[in-house]
Amino acid sequence: MSGAPVSTVGSSPSGCQDLPVLKERGQREVFCGLTGIIWLHRKMQDAFFLIVGSRTCAHLMQSAAGVMIFAEPRFGTAIMEEKDLAGMADMHEELDRVVGRLLSRRPDIRTLFLVGSCPSEVIKLDLAKAAERLGTIHAPRVRVLSYSGSGIETTFTEGEDTCLTAMVPELPEAPADERSLLVVGTMADVVEDQMRRIFDALEVGPVHFFPPRSTETLPPVGPGTRVLMAQPWVNETMAALRKRGAVRIPAPYPFGVEGSLAWIMAAAEAWSVPRDRVLEVTARARERGTAALARYRETLEGKRIFFFPDSQIEIPLARFLRRELGMRPVEVGTPFLHREHMGAELDLLPADDGLVLSEGQDVERQLDRAFAAGPDITVCGLGLANPLEARGMTTKWAIELVFTPIHGFDQAGDLAELFARPLRRRGLLEV
Amino acid sequence: MELTIWTYEGPPHVGAMRVATGMKDLHYVLHAPQGDTYADLLFTMIERRDHRPPVTYTTFQAQDLGGDTAGLVKEATQAAYERFRPQALLVGASCTAELIQDDPGNLAGSLGLPVPVIPLELPAYQRKENWGASETFYQIVRTLCLPHAPPPTWRRPPPEGRRPVCNLLGPTALGFRHRDDIREVSSLLDRMGVDVGVVAPLGASPADVARLGEADFNVVLYPEVGRTAASWLKRTFKQPMVETVPIGVGATRDFVREVAGVAGLDADGALEAVTTRLPWYSRSVDSNYLTDKRVFVFGDATHAVAAARVASEEMGFKVVGLGAYNREFAREVRAAARKLGVEPLITDDYLEVEEAIQEAAPELVLGTQMERHIAKRLGTFCAVISAPVHVEDFPARYSPQMGPEGANVLFDTWVHPLMMGLEEHLLGMFQDDFEFGNDRSPSHLAAARPSSTNGRAAEAPPESEDLGKEGATVAASTPAAPDGAAPEAGEARATSTSAPTPAGTELVWDDEAQAELRKIPFFVRKKARRNTEAFARQQGLTEISVETLYEAKAHFGSR
Repeated sequence: MSGAPVSTVGSSPSGCQDLPVLKERGQREVFCGLTGIIWLHRKMQDAFFLIVGSRTCAHLMQSAAGVMIFAEPRFGTAIMEEKDLAGMADMHEELDRVVGRLLSRRPDIRTLFLVGSCPSEVIKLDLAKAAERLGTIHAPRVRVLSYSGSGIETTFTEGEDTCLTAMVPELPEAPADERSLLVVGTMADVVEDQMRRIFDALEVGPVHFFPPRSTETLPPVGPGTRVLMAQPWVNETMAALRKRGAVRIPAPYPFGVEGSLAWIMAAAEAWSVPRDRVLEVTARARERGTAALARYRETLEGKRIFFFPDSQIEIPLARFLRRELGMRPVEVGTPFLHREHMGAELDLLPADDGLVLSEGQDVERQLDRAFAAGPDITVCGLGLANPLEARGMTTKWAIELVFTPIHGFDQAGDLAELFARPLRRRGLLEV
Repeated sequence: MELTIWTYEGPPHVGAMRVATGMKDLHYVLHAPQGDTYADLLFTMIERRDHRPPVTYTTFQAQDLGGDTAGLVKEATQAAYERFRPQALLVGASCTAELIQDDPGNLAGSLGLPVPVIPLELPAYQRKENWGASETFYQIVRTLCLPHAPPPTWRRPPPEGRRPVCNLLGPTALGFRHRDDIREVSSLLDRMGVDVGVVAPLGASPADVARLGEADFNVVLYPEVGRTAASWLKRTFKQPMVETVPIGVGATRDFVREVAGVAGLDADGALEAVTTRLPWYSRSVDSNYLTDKRVFVFGDATHAVAAARVASEEMGFKVVGLGAYNREFAREVRAAARKLGVEPLITDDYLEVEEAIQEAAPELVLGTQMERHIAKRLGTFCAVISAPVHVEDFPARYSPQMGPEGANVLFDTWVHPLMMGLEEHLLGMFQDDFEFGNDRSPSHLAAARPSSTNGRAAEAPPESEDLGKEGATVAASTPAAPDGAAPEAGEARATSTSAPTPAGTELVWDDEAQAELRKIPFFVRKKARRNTEAFARQQGLTEISVETLYEAKAHFGSR
């Protein structure tokens, strides 16, 4: 049983760095990268995401984003048909026609993303070339970029990674002598504002967020750029930024009080802000966060948790739940493990007896392990949740962890609530 | 290439999943990349199914292309067979796998498994969900029933000395009220003296499907899924098919007559099995206000055609639009529309449907979940009558669409939103009374006006701002207040003597006319405004007074 939340970070000798990782391959019960459009189009409100794909892509978006059916959204699918597949020349003309119509109807669009799908990748439709051509046609009003959200290349949140990677060459050059902080990965606007206030108080900055809220003001990047990853899935984006001279600040991810402090502390160190100053500036927020978490300890402490792979956020969340709430991770599955970018997290996550770290998925075998382990709560996708509930298992929808503001001190309690609610609910129901 | 924002139907392999998921002891191996597993959540979340769909996805990745994707199919099929031990296997491809042409059906067949392997060819770039369901069901029926087929010269004997037996064909997983329709129709048939043999695909195992040929006849509950298989059974097993879909009182009576005909029962006696409250409720004087309510009907062809009949013949509504999204059944929709004197709308482009609804200015929309959202945007009432479904289309209570109880359900669910409208009006009427307070919004619908988040709002006819601010004044006494309502647009020509006002000219409502307009119940106010303006334009007016308002009302009548 662990004590009060640890408020400082040190590399624990008993971390997970040396734990062997179970690598699996088989049926994956995950979304493809197209799904990232659901939060990206909300974030960049002057961008349109045009999937070049099949009816399946359109149906996926509709099913995954069903609640947003009220409006004409800033995404759509150019559905390829039999006649398009007959000849490639026609396909590009068709695409030009569809884009022309779309842009004339939506004068508010400043950036158009052509998003590759499984079928467009399989037939090797060159969307980069199409983007270049369409960019020339619709310049200067609209910038046209392309990336792949296909399921044969990307898993769920990797769609944001490929999208941001495609944007990196568009970022303006930052003044070489200016040091600036770039926070990478979509967070809710409200959370960004909280973070900005803290960085301002610490005089760390200028601070830019990527993706930006408007594609008309892209953040600058250059050798003076220091990068904090806000989401663990922006791995390729980081690599592309590195090529532009940016340097990553190693840090755990800002989940929970401990993670948020370590994340901010890492940036502060890069700006040579004294540690005490960080503790002073964050004192009230940390107090609030710690108090909020204390309320959930009773519900969550000692509870065993099993993560199916979904977004790459699993290891940081397991670390938070283990260290700040006393939960016991049984298996932590991730679709992809980036050793370097996950390094600080692996150091912090205790290698408890029997803990399994798994990468990739064979859903049938993983279900067997979950049934055998009999965890108190299972984090999984929407396709698995109800079938597991029907077998008496308590579940938490993984997707909510991506769509809900969970970063930072003031969201630590909300994050704990997401895990506590299903357990509390099960306790409430008498029938 | 077609730009699509929302779709009525998924790809054809989702139709196959609806069949497979509805059945027992059947497994579907789908050659597909990761991500296609999204379709599982349709069943586990929308329908709240407590089991995963019986589908194994081969989950190939980019690195497998050009390598051994065919090997993946074999491995996945073998593993699925060993894990699930189904009585039969379906094997097919999703849209992406279709492009790499691995021929999964053949590959799986070559494994020599001890159960039937049914290959599915569902062209994803030509066909859609309903067709996929129909084709899948047909292939299952054909494969499993053919071994039991009688010689071509065989004649089916009539059921002597026993109750006639029929199969119910077409219900699937994720169907609109299929669960309850089966129970309702089975109980109706039972009261008529007819037994139900097999219900398929929903709830049937491959072994059940194999004995479909034993029944005396087939009832095609959902032609979109069941008709192709039923036609084959008719040819092969000489089973007559009952094709009337018993939605509404009239159709239920027709259904009973048709069943009695093929089963050799006395029709008049059988009709006694149909007891429903709808006819009396419709005749009850409180229903008078339903007369000629303008309704727009859109859905799958079967439900839309049935709803149009109920609306016009059983509720006394006026059908002002009728359409369907499934082109395969366009003929039926066209015929029904012709009878009702409206232009049929056959499209799967929801923007086109939205335009048509806007144009027809209905008071009630009977549609799918998509039309429910359209209606919400337009501030009109809606009841859902057809798939595509959402979670609220799987109510906890018994709520069929078919048979006698289905008719009761239709009456309640269609009248309810209109009743709410009446209530809103009454609330608006009393708004100035001190108990209510002036600043109180009359309802949950008050905020609804054409959304500006809709990208096309700029093109929409300018609804002036004050329309959104519902009645600030004491309103007229009853819903039959001067609503100046409801003409067909074309009627507005007779009295015009002066030159019409040019289309672009702004019409000005004077203050008194504005105030008068606000006294009209909000749910017909928009129409009153439109009619008055149309009338003013014909008369060559640019200013609208109270007189103009009432002249327009006299011109168009109070329907």
